[in-house]
Amino acid sequence: MRKINDLEMRGITKSFHGFYANKDINLKISSGEVLGLLGENGAGKTTLMNILYGLYRPDAGEIIINGEDARIKNPKDSMRAGIGMIHQHFMLVQNHTVAENIALGLDDVPFFFPDNYIRKKISGFSQRFDMKIDPDKKIWELSAGEQQRVEILKALFLEADLLIMDEPTSVLTPQESKDLFGIIRKMADDGHSIILISHKLDEIMEICSRVAVIRKGITVGGADIGDVDKKELARMMVGRDVDLRFDKVPLERGERVLEVKELFVNGDRGNTAVNGLSFSVYRNEVFGIAGVSGNGQRELVEAITGLRRSSSGEIILEDDAITNKSARVVNTRGITHVPEERIKFGIVPNLFIYENAILKKHHSKPFSRLMFLDYDLIKNHTENIVERYNISTPSINVPIKSLSGGNIQKLIIGREIESKPALLVASHPTYGLDIGATEYIRRQILARREEGGGVLLVSEDLEELFEICDRIAVIFKGEFMGILKAGDADIKDIGLMMTGSLKLPVQEAE
Amino acid sequence: MEQIITSVLTRTLIAGTPLLLGTVGEIISERGGVMNLGVEGMMAVGAVSGFAVTYTTGNPWLGLAFSMICGALFALIHAFVSISLRANQVVSGLALSMLGLGISGLWGKPYIGKPLAIKMEAVNLPYLRDIPYIGEIFFRQDPYFYLSIILGAGAWFFLYRTKLGIVVRSTGENPRAAETQGINVHLVQYLCVMAGGAFAGLAGSHLSIAYSKSWIEGLTAGRGWIVIALTIFSMWDPKRAFTGAYVFGGIFVLQYLLQPLGISPNFLAMLPYLTTLAVLVFYGLSLEGHRKMHAPAHLGEPYKRGER
Amino acid sequence: MLRIDISPRENEKPLISNLILAASLLAGLAAIGVVFLAKGVNPFFAIYKIFSGSFGSMYGFKETVTKSIPLILIAAGLTIAYRGKFWNIGAESQLLAGAAAATWIALTWAASLPAWAAILLMFTGGFIAGALWGIVPAILRVRFGINEVISTLMLNYVGAEFIKMLVIGPWKGKTQFGFPYTDDFPETAQLALLGNSRIHFVTLIIALAVSALVYVLLFRTRFGYEVRVIGENQEAARYAGIDFYRTTIIIMIISGGLAGLAGVGEVAGLHHHLTYPESISSGYGFTAIIVAWLSRLNPVTAIFSGLFFAGILVGGDAIQISLNLPAATVNIFNGIILVFLIMGEFFQKNSVTIKLQGAKWNR
Repeated sequence: MRKINDLEMRGITKSFHGFYANKDINLKISSGEVLGLLGENGAGKTTLMNILYGLYRPDAGEIIINGEDARIKNPKDSMRAGIGMIHQHFMLVQNHTVAENIALGLDDVPFFFPDNYIRKKISGFSQRFDMKIDPDKKIWELSAGEQQRVEILKALFLEADLLIMDEPTSVLTPQESKDLFGIIRKMADDGHSIILISHKLDEIMEICSRVAVIRKGITVGGADIGDVDKKELARMMVGRDVDLRFDKVPLERGERVLEVKELFVNGDRGNTAVNGLSFSVYRNEVFGIAGVSGNGQRELVEAITGLRRSSSGEIILEDDAITNKSARVVNTRGITHVPEERIKFGIVPNLFIYENAILKKHHSKPFSRLMFLDYDLIKNHTENIVERYNISTPSINVPIKSLSGGNIQKLIIGREIESKPALLVASHPTYGLDIGATEYIRRQILARREEGGGVLLVSEDLEELFEICDRIAVIFKGEFMGILKAGDADIKDIGLMMTGSLKLPVQEAE
Repeated sequence: MEQIITSVLTRTLIAGTPLLLGTVGEIISERGGVMNLGVEGMMAVGAVSGFAVTYTTGNPWLGLAFSMICGALFALIHAFVSISLRANQVVSGLALSMLGLGISGLWGKPYIGKPLAIKMEAVNLPYLRDIPYIGEIFFRQDPYFYLSIILGAGAWFFLYRTKLGIVVRSTGENPRAAETQGINVHLVQYLCVMAGGAFAGLAGSHLSIAYSKSWIEGLTAGRGWIVIALTIFSMWDPKRAFTGAYVFGGIFVLQYLLQPLGISPNFLAMLPYLTTLAVLVFYGLSLEGHRKMHAPAHLGEPYKRGER
Repeated sequence: MLRIDISPRENEKPLISNLILAASLLAGLAAIGVVFLAKGVNPFFAIYKIFSGSFGSMYGFKETVTKSIPLILIAAGLTIAYRGKFWNIGAESQLLAGAAAATWIALTWAASLPAWAAILLMFTGGFIAGALWGIVPAILRVRFGINEVISTLMLNYVGAEFIKMLVIGPWKGKTQFGFPYTDDFPETAQLALLGNSRIHFVTLIIALAVSALVYVLLFRTRFGYEVRVIGENQEAARYAGIDFYRTTIIIMIISGGLAGLAGVGEVAGLHHHLTYPESISSGYGFTAIIVAWLSRLNPVTAIFSGLFFAGILVGGDAIQISLNLPAATVNIFNGIILVFLIMGEFFQKNSVTIKLQGAKWNR
């Protein structure tokens, strides 16, 4: 028996501290439909879905299921109503088994020995939707695609008829995405309805039957997928015509700035995360590293920037060996670093903006003389960065946590390229930023390339890599599956390489 | 000689009992994600409240029950401050310890030096008590001992073999995931902290009702802090708490054993604390990489509901 | 319908912050009153007694200043440690380490030295001893990953027993009629007192100067910056190339050392011999934790919160005697006030609005 034949959200409004995340939004979906919810980062898609799932309560508006007011106050209510949600960041307990994760939200599992019950029931679902999963594996042992399957299973166990998926492909390889779409189709045929949150147009066109577009918290359009094309959707999403191509100036690459030779690095669990990599980065070049996260990118970046020891191999910066030198030494020699998870690594949220603007440089002249910090100079310097990099803030005398993500990232970028480093290492620099800030950050990286710096860019965003890189290396399980020139790289090959099914001979000559 | 050994082992189990109870309680609390450094204070409150009731009513069982209630209610302070108000758990726990020591001192003053008229009878388990040695060591103990065994084993079963156990552990590992699955994270944490308080209260009343059978200020003598160390040592698993608790129980007994040998009593008094440090050093050396995998991932961090 | 809205304050205004701080203190005092009430003591009378005992008379005030000296010194060190999120709970035994070192110097060397040299040597030795005792938990933390709350507390017990062992054993004075005291210090090793008070002003001056220095250290120097970065975000500190080992060790050298200085002041200024730990320090190491917290980890405002808590200690002594309360009563004050302080912090960080059928109160 279906719990949800059709569902409607009417006049949903939600504000956070005076900003409207959602304003009078209407949305409708029926059984067997796949609805695409399209919008930029920060447009309010996730907020809307969190309201539907009962995580937030709307200031106004109602949710109507099968013609009746659903009164969803918390996730439990929505789960009972037949709504399931798969968050962009999986809501899984890493140290627990698959079975334990599934049992967590279930009301009808037996109190004692709940795992046994799950184990019995799991195979039925696996067969119906063609997903394989071992219920006794710990989550951290699973790949991103497998973890997503656990999330889907969680929803199926809860008898969810409507499944919300927030950016489900963002952590998947192209192959895994294809598998996921297969599962989604099977579920839709089975009578489930699916809401797919995404900002990727291709995806929406491929899998959805209908699409709704929101921008800055309001619904700006909706259509059956047959009636629109990509260009139209893009215009609705951004509010203007966009040309996502950058005018990358063709440049001859300069001399070599970084050389990595036969590098081996261990991961946190003692595994070999970087497995004998060799490559070089040159001046006037952006060298990209593509791959699904968790394939050694983090360890490689940390080894280069002095945050992690390598077990063997060499890292050479302009003829200087910097292998296993401390982060401070590496930084002083000319490598700067825009870290992943910027809030966690890149800033000190409670310190003032000007104190954050000298992080890493605080120990050296001119900011530090003898033991003392020259705060006048530091504030001047910060004012400069704020102005030059268009950071919008009421003052530099506020804790940096009060800035938006985009502005925080601009400050980090500004801080890291202000000293004109020989090599800029940037990890996922535009992750989670809105389109404006993303464009800005990418332009700054390209500007650094034109000025003669080398850039090592780690990203999961293939579009980004294609736009700004000169060469792209694909990493899989700590090894390069190939190094492609910007011209000859096409998505199909990269997808295979990211999953390890294709390896090109790496020619690192020239 | 045999007699000495059985007597030492018997006393080891007695001395280990409050440590076991306290550790299991702290494990439950920390599995739910809340670190409670107030164990020393909660134990002191449990000790004095249990003693007061036993002394007044003459019924140690009432005292036992009351100490659990007082421990749980006292832990409620920490729960409110650190869960609802999201205060720093280290500072809040310290405050609770100070407060508990203070309250127990004030409350217990009239009872200092007054012996209990009615003591908790040892329970001789039929048949089992007659097994040579084993019977004497294990099956002629006071009710606290059996209770601690049952509670310790029960806590393990609860945490690892029941649905609610999954809920508790998930709360400590990833509260947001738990919330999206419809779990009331704060409620779970409140209950875990209060359970920890009840266990600590019970541990305290063991000291006053069954172990020393009297009340003096400072009766807990740092056992609450040893419990915190034992929680780490147990890697947050009640099964391992047994080992830790009885090893340390043995050290408390060793103090009395070594006294006649002319070793400075002050040095002997240091033993439990030095051993705690030594054990932690050993632990730090041998299990460096594994620690992160065993500690609840969200331990000590306040959880904010809803919006992030 | 009652509805409580909680939202983070955009920026913390000093006025509101201070009002909330004052309100928390008052609420704390009220809660202390409740405890007295439960004990059958008129709470207003008890609280009046506390403050009249400490601030109401010249004698009381002098005592208050005397007791504020170790609190200010220790709290200054703790502000550094806590800014770096190193939870040093071991100031109590770091103080004892300083006292023991001063005693050894006083009894071994001071008789043959001029007073200024003896005093200088004692303070230096006390600082070093406190620092060495403080380095232990720092090393345990950075090398073995041992939680410093546990290690510093364990070391408190160890340190206290060790002092007891000394004063009833090898250091027991020959002239003390069997009491657990060391011999009295020679006069060159005794600190001068201010007028007819017990204020050993040399230590007081050191304490005030140290507070100012620590302030500068925290907010004007590279080291202070690194401490604060570590305390606020250890991952970012690693990213910024800040040496966690080195910084933690230095933090504890300072924190332990300053507690050591406080110990020197106590034995050289007041007792003139080493004796049982509970006589040397009436829980200064613990009370200073709250002093530091009340000052919001600012060593200069810690001077005032130090005075305030010294007042509570002095007043607490007064009512203990007049109302026949146990020594642990002071722990209740400390605990309750600390609880209310951290509760107050929530309201400093968040604005809480209670809505009741259209009516609205703001806090």
